[in-house]
Amino acid sequence: MAERYDVLVAGAGPAGLAAAQAAAAQGARVAVLDAQPRAGGQVWRHDIRHAPSSRAARSIRAGLERPIAWMPGTSVVAAEGDALLVQTPNAAQWLRYRSLVIATGARELLLPFPGWTLPGAVGAGGAQALAKQGWPLAGKRVVVAGSGPLLLAAGATLRKHGAIVLAICEQAEAAALRGFAAGLWRWPGKLLQAAQLRLQLAGVPYRAGTVVRRALPGPNGDALRAVEIESPRGPEKLACDRLAVGYGLLPNMELAHLLGCATRSHGAHAAVQVDARQRTSLDRVYAAGEACGIGGVDCARLEGSIAGLAATDTEVPVNLLRQRDHARAFAASVQRTFDLRPPVRALADADTLVCRCEDVTLGMLAGHADFRGAKLATRCGMGACQGRICGAALAELGRFPQAGCRPPLFPARLSTLAHSESNA
Amino acid sequence: MNGATVRITLNGRPFEVEEGCSVAAAVARLGVPFRHSVRGEPRMPLCGMGVCFECRVCIDGVAGQRACMVPVRAGMQVTTDG
Ligand SMILES: Cc1cc2nc3c(=O)[nH]c(=O)nc-3n(C[C@H](O)[C@H](O)[C@H](O)COP(=O)(O)OP(=O)(O)OC[C@H]3O[C@@H](n4cnc5c(N)ncnc54)[C@H](O)[C@@H]3O)c2cc1C
Ligand code: FES
Repeated sequence: MAERYDVLVAGAGPAGLAAAQAAAAQGARVAVLDAQPRAGGQVWRHDIRHAPSSRAARSIRAGLERPIAWMPGTSVVAAEGDALLVQTPNAAQWLRYRSLVIATGARELLLPFPGWTLPGAVGAGGAQALAKQGWPLAGKRVVVAGSGPLLLAAGATLRKHGAIVLAICEQAEAAALRGFAAGLWRWPGKLLQAAQLRLQLAGVPYRAGTVVRRALPGPNGDALRAVEIESPRGPEKLACDRLAVGYGLLPNMELAHLLGCATRSHGAHAAVQVDARQRTSLDRVYAAGEACGIGGVDCARLEGSIAGLAATDTEVPVNLLRQRDHARAFAASVQRTFDLRPPVRALADADTLVCRCEDVTLGMLAGHADFRGAKLATRCGMGACQGRICGAALAELGRFPQAGCRPPLFPARLSTLAHSESNA
Repeated sequence: MNGATVRITLNGRPFEVEEGCSVAAAVARLGVPFRHSVRGEPRMPLCGMGVCFECRVCIDGVAGQRACMVPVRAGMQVTTDG
């Protein structure tokens, strides 16, 4: 028997939690699911060492308050009609809904460069997430690099967990950053947040126009020991134990693709297309937060509230719509500032691995017109991650346009797949 | 942090690890190598959020699980390179 909800929310980050809270306040029967074992999404990821901010704790509590049904560790595997097949930690189940809110958030854009597969090289947000989960960092010398405001947040978290942050290397040029800072007064909350982060990172050099060209192993060749950077001052070598490098964020589109929601382009990637009330192209399917385009936590919360109201056929206050537009304007200014410069897309050479699952180099992909042909010939994108890393990287490098995806969205247990025959 | 630990088995050996940490963090804390790529290169977790599958291990007999998505549980049996 399928469980039935008025509003089913996929994703328990700021957007999903706000949607659940708004919908439940209208008396709707609401369920929230998330693939992670704890609620909070990326920005409010549970930290095993440090207490969450009061805002995060409050928002998580409010978004999961009973009678909202909370389903942690639950991934969507397939969809049919008005139901999702999900895999919970110990079973599989169909969930039926009257309205669905897609709040699947974003992930990091990880781009290949020589040495990026060495143990010790991780994503910037990846390092932050791992640190919060107890990854050992005390006394480790870390270079944080890539692009975007996440570098500051990641650097601050790593420092809080005992890492020695040597430098933050931002690919955007100083002039772009100055322009961005000069316009921040329009978003006082962001200005405050930036100031707080800079304080937490006191003494850590923030280097603009700087790119990590290469990660280098130590004498025995099996772990990262240094990075080669290129800055306006020229090339330099920095000895370090870890490199945390990420080039910004891109929407998690698996669920939206699976359902067949119309998308819009988000740089080289896709985002869910929504109208002013967060409605997707599908009847009774809404989307909120970074799945609709990278916008930050405030935007995610506002869109979540709007989606939760719209999903319960409640009038959305104009004030809320206006705040959302203001938050989206901030997002646009972030996108402009941290637009990737061409050198970033030229870091990988023919010998650089692009597909980490199947060990396929960039050179091996030469001559293939589309991702499908390249996949069949080289197995690129056919490994465990199913092209989640290399597909986004190749799209960003302008190699192949991003393709959709097919069920199951994640490797599923056979018993779960057997369930897909029996949608109650 | 309350300092509580749980006992897990990693590659056949018992270890105490911090309660609440992920399996990925536990493997890293105990200094055990993660996995080897198809060309035999050593690898470690990359994304920390369930996307890259570089952290996959065998947990309680089920291979290919993402160690960054699973918190440690007392009695858990983990094998790397799985
Ligand atoms: C690694 C990382 C670290 C970040 N750190 C910060 C930070 O420190 N500060 C900051 O201001 N911003 C940070 N951000 C930006 C952050 O994404 C947003 O500000 C905010 O978290 C967006 O909220 P959201 O609800 O849209 O998405 P998210 O917070 O990303 O939440 C989406 C949730 O959906 C779940 N999900 C996705 N797909 C599925 C699926 N198919 N099935 C089930 N569940 C699914 C995910 O597990 C996740 O919990 C970070 C982003 C990333 C990727
Ligand atoms: S570290 Fe990427 S999936 Fe676990």
